[in-house]
Amino acid sequence: MKTVEEIKAGILAAVPGASVTVVPNGSPSAQHSLLIGAEHATAIATFLRDDEELALDFLSNVTGVDWLDKEIAEKVKVTRQVEKPVEGGEPGQVRLVEETVEETRKHVQLGYLEAVYHLYSVAKKHGPVVLRMRTVNRTDKAELPSLTPVWRSAEFQEREVFDLFGIVFNGHPDLRRILMWDGFKDFPMRRDYVEPDDFDYEPTPHDEVLKRAQEHKAKAAAEEAKA
Amino acid sequence: MAVDQNLKIELGKQGIVVTTIQELYNWGRRSSVWPMQFGLACCAIEMIATTMARYDMARFGSEVFRPSPRQADLMIISGTVTKKMAPQVVRLYNQMAEPRYVIAMGACAISGGPFKQGYNVLKGIDRYIPVDVHIPGCPPRPEALIQALMTLQKKIDGQSLTGEDRPRHLDAEAQGEFPVPEFGEHDLEPASNKGVWTVPTIIK
Repeated sequence: MKTVEEIKAGILAAVPGASVTVVPNGSPSAQHSLLIGAEHATAIATFLRDDEELALDFLSNVTGVDWLDKEIAEKVKVTRQVEKPVEGGEPGQVRLVEETVEETRKHVQLGYLEAVYHLYSVAKKHGPVVLRMRTVNRTDKAELPSLTPVWRSAEFQEREVFDLFGIVFNGHPDLRRILMWDGFKDFPMRRDYVEPDDFDYEPTPHDEVLKRAQEHKAKAAAEEAKA
Repeated sequence: MAVDQNLKIELGKQGIVVTTIQELYNWGRRSSVWPMQFGLACCAIEMIATTMARYDMARFGSEVFRPSPRQADLMIISGTVTKKMAPQVVRLYNQMAEPRYVIAMGACAISGGPFKQGYNVLKGIDRYIPVDVHIPGCPPRPEALIQALMTLQKKIDGQSLTGEDRPRHLDAEAQGEFPVPEFGEHDLEPASNKGVWTVPTIIK
């Protein structure tokens, strides 16, 4: 099978203007993936499916990944002018000296949601080719194009990703929750999901459960004291 | 009025059968507990095995699995009760005719089991409906289910038809319908039926 670099070159030749980045996988499996831009996703997917040599006719898996906002600390060298007292001079007399200081600057990298597709070829007996797509952010722009028109098997799996991660797949024929009920508001597989407070009976609490059970107990005691 | 056991045996030797209405009634109830044909997860496979030749639940009068709640006496909660399924389980229980019994089979049905801290698993069906017998295990072996059935039969046998501890179907005041939980925005509402379930006291 072609390497990811070769596939990338093939995509760029077939779909002009597409953005494709190879995301290397450092583990022994070396299963590198292709990060594709959402704009040309459908064209890229159609190419991967219809290309004679690749013939990726089988979409085996769609899943989601939640990447939280990340605070990145960088050390930057800054040159600035500092006032220093003149040696042997009158008190209060200063001179300006240039000094290079190392400063730690923090900036927040906005989190995003990612959809991951695993493609195989039944005809050519090769795979997987791993595709990734990223949303702009985790809140109001959590949208991606649906690949269901290209691979029908994405339908239920994209619904599951929509249900549990909250990625909205534009162009999906029937985007509804699949595991949770319709009125449910949360996205349970997101990393900042908080379970409802039903820790009233925990006979063997530990770690996180112990913490939640204690919180619940304190809250219940406070409510009882109020009443 | 109970019959003296020794007298009963003596009379039996003479070919005379003595019994009470209560005994006869309870014997009839316990000897044909028809379960509902209803499985939720992997425990259902063990439940099916229990009914087959090797374990043969027919020996206890429970081989007739009814596909309708109207004809069933026993609901075996065999498996994980998800929050999405819980209202349906309560609804089916409400549709069963009295006298009705519930066996909560397996770790999931009694407590949520390995999925207890998940986002979509109920922490025990006893939060919404009264459970007669709980069986631990993941999944419980068919012997455990038979043990549960025998425990239920003993329980039925021990019931008196009058007085405070009479079965629910003989008590006009008793609650017949149990509130079906609603799908809320974050959880089922209410999270438990306070009339059925209170937080158990932990004894260490």
